[in-house]
Amino acid sequence: MALVASLAALPALASETTNLGVPTPWAMGLQASGGPITTAVRDFNEMVFWIIVVITIFVGALLAWVMFRYSAKRNPVPSQTSHHTGLEIAWTVIPVLILIVIAIPSFRLIYYQDRTRDADMTINVQGRQWYWNYAYPDHGGFNFDSRPIPVEDLRPGQLRNLAVDEPLVVPAGRNIRVISTGVDVIHSFFVPSLGVQRYSIPGRSIETWFRADRPGSYFGQCNQICGVNHWFMPIEVRAIPAEEFDAWVASARTRYASTMPAAPVVAASPDAPISIAVAR
Amino acid sequence: MAYAQAHDDHHDHKPSFVSRWLFSTNHKDIGTLYIIFALFAGIIGIGISLLMRIELQQPGMQIFADGQAWNAMVSAHGLIMVFFVIMPALIGGFGNWFVPIMIGAPDMAFPRLNNISFWLLVPAFLLLGGSMFVGQGAGAGWTIYPPLSDSQYQPGMSMDMALFALHLAGASSILGAANFITTILNMRAPGMTLHKMPLFVWSMLVTAFLLLLAVPVLGGAITMLITDRNFGTAFFKPEGGGDPVLFQHLFWFFGHPEVYIMILPAFGIVSHVVSTFSKKPVFGYLGMAYAMVAIGVVGFVVWAHHMYTSGMDVDTRAYFMAATMVIAVPTGVKIFSWIATMWGGSMRYDTPMLFAIGFIFLFTVGGVTGVVLANASITQILHNTYYVVAHFHYVLSLGAVFGIYCGIYYWIGKMSGRQYPEKLGKIHFWMTFIGVNLTFFPMHFLGNQGMPRRYPDYADAHWGWNLIASLGSYVSVASFVFFFYVMYVTFRRGAVAAPNYWGEGATTLEWQVPSPPAFHTFEELPRIR
Repeated sequence: MALVASLAALPALASETTNLGVPTPWAMGLQASGGPITTAVRDFNEMVFWIIVVITIFVGALLAWVMFRYSAKRNPVPSQTSHHTGLEIAWTVIPVLILIVIAIPSFRLIYYQDRTRDADMTINVQGRQWYWNYAYPDHGGFNFDSRPIPVEDLRPGQLRNLAVDEPLVVPAGRNIRVISTGVDVIHSFFVPSLGVQRYSIPGRSIETWFRADRPGSYFGQCNQICGVNHWFMPIEVRAIPAEEFDAWVASARTRYASTMPAAPVVAASPDAPISIAVAR
Repeated sequence: MAYAQAHDDHHDHKPSFVSRWLFSTNHKDIGTLYIIFALFAGIIGIGISLLMRIELQQPGMQIFADGQAWNAMVSAHGLIMVFFVIMPALIGGFGNWFVPIMIGAPDMAFPRLNNISFWLLVPAFLLLGGSMFVGQGAGAGWTIYPPLSDSQYQPGMSMDMALFALHLAGASSILGAANFITTILNMRAPGMTLHKMPLFVWSMLVTAFLLLLAVPVLGGAITMLITDRNFGTAFFKPEGGGDPVLFQHLFWFFGHPEVYIMILPAFGIVSHVVSTFSKKPVFGYLGMAYAMVAIGVVGFVVWAHHMYTSGMDVDTRAYFMAATMVIAVPTGVKIFSWIATMWGGSMRYDTPMLFAIGFIFLFTVGGVTGVVLANASITQILHNTYYVVAHFHYVLSLGAVFGIYCGIYYWIGKMSGRQYPEKLGKIHFWMTFIGVNLTFFPMHFLGNQGMPRRYPDYADAHWGWNLIASLGSYVSVASFVFFFYVMYVTFRRGAVAAPNYWGEGATTLEWQVPSPPAFHTFEELPRIR
């Protein structure tokens, strides 16, 4: 779409955005949380992390102890014990209990992550070789392509392999329903700091949701091998203050007027991506 | 090799080179062929991983032409390591060598089937290796998900060659599995009941059943993929009524048992080594055996935990999450039973034991990250990232491969008649241990930070840990080269091995026969009390 490309140069969204969801050099843990899903996952992950650290240290310490205590030097005569029912029951039952401790919050969490009952708006995302297409069925059904910026066109402050020309713009603090669909091969819509990831699969509509708490940019990358430029189809979700969102929608409706269907599409219906395709 | 002179006086025939190695029906010779094959494939598979780590050492594209060349190498690395290194070494190699000896059988049940199982691997490997050089290569990942693996997106012969390679390797595995099952169930020496069978044989029995049940599913899936590519069917094409997700289910119905196929034989080897070097019988033998059976059974009903982001409904994800966590229980039983075997023992720390202890600890690390990934909630952030890469390399590269090294050092004296040099073996262990940990541990951090897998170039912030991982991989590759030097020294100057060179802890039948065993191991069947 040449039109989109030329419009991309317009500073429709002034670049005064802060990069909230980005990887950090030498960081070890999960990216900083940008919304309630990631916060919940981070909390749960932290609990599981300490459990597995304790288990690993426990196993490592046991190994170190037996290696020290029962070396041939210190213990020349081996025992021939090969059964201990109590022990065997213990190391079956205790792991089960630990797993239950992990499983209960985990079940609660996946139902929370799955979809939102009260979405404020819907966005259709579609992975294509090798860029993303975002559609706004609740706002007249316009859609636009979001392409990576080649390294030679990067402006100061833009991140190599992460910056895009047209970010996915959403209002901060609102629940966004995401419907992912595919057209060519499978891609994966993945924004770690927002805790959202779903494949975009041809022939399927997959629903999930996210919410960005604060205005800023949250980056992700295509996360399912999709061909030669798999590594170069980044995702930028730009959350803007909710009160500015209507203004952005109005300008986007003019800019992408040609992509809008004649009649407004029904919001949030799984058929929406199909009607968009027909309209185009 | 040494055994020709030592034992031919007992035997009436001395097969010529061609009939001994090309038309072989002897389980030990076929096992040797498998091990040599696996080491050769390992050179290529590890060579590819070296290229990948050079590419990833710093941000930007360094040595690969484009993403397709990269994808082809990533796919080849995965397929080679799974089908042509780990499986042939553990199952074809050690399985063939030691299952018949350990159960007191004269040979495998179907010796000629055994031969064709091996020789099917050779054309399979040639097809897969060739696919890298035909057209643009088969670049759909080892999981070969359509539509990316369809003819529209991977045009040309190379993808078809890779698929036929999998078919041949699969046929080889199925025939081998049938052979192992028949051998183990029918040819045990008098007195060897199933509950007296060594744990390595148990592991091979479970593995063979997994192969027999899982590989045909892969065969079906890739057959449909081949017809989708070449004959206009639409099993996986939505525009013709098919479904790409169907392939994912079929693939992982095979693929998940496949990971246990790779690790169970290593479990068996480690059990023997731990028991031998602790001079104690294996702790909780029945628990150990049935833990493997449980892992095998449950391993068949957890496949969709690889597909948490494929749009399965949330209840299904909840089930697969629960089922996956269950596997941690029998695995924990094994880890603790190994430690209990050592407890009270009188341990020597020869190279096989170092690899076994390394295996237990590193497999624990890979296991607990598996528990993290079992949670669909966390996996929504970690799916397909380097965290997953770290996890499965901890269980396979540091698990199954440590199992292979463990088996080689444990049995090389038995197989070749020459003992490895202990000091060099230990140097090899420490090089490998440091190298692989340096390579794979930082990948957890990269994954946590959201670096996707199968990327030749990444966001600049990931440079630090990638550099460490690359440096670690150079140590790992050096240790692999050093391993060949250790083997060279073993064969050239290794001490002649006694029948039972590990002493009182080694109790299974292979230690009752000479090193190397006679061409026909048992002239009369041993009796097990």
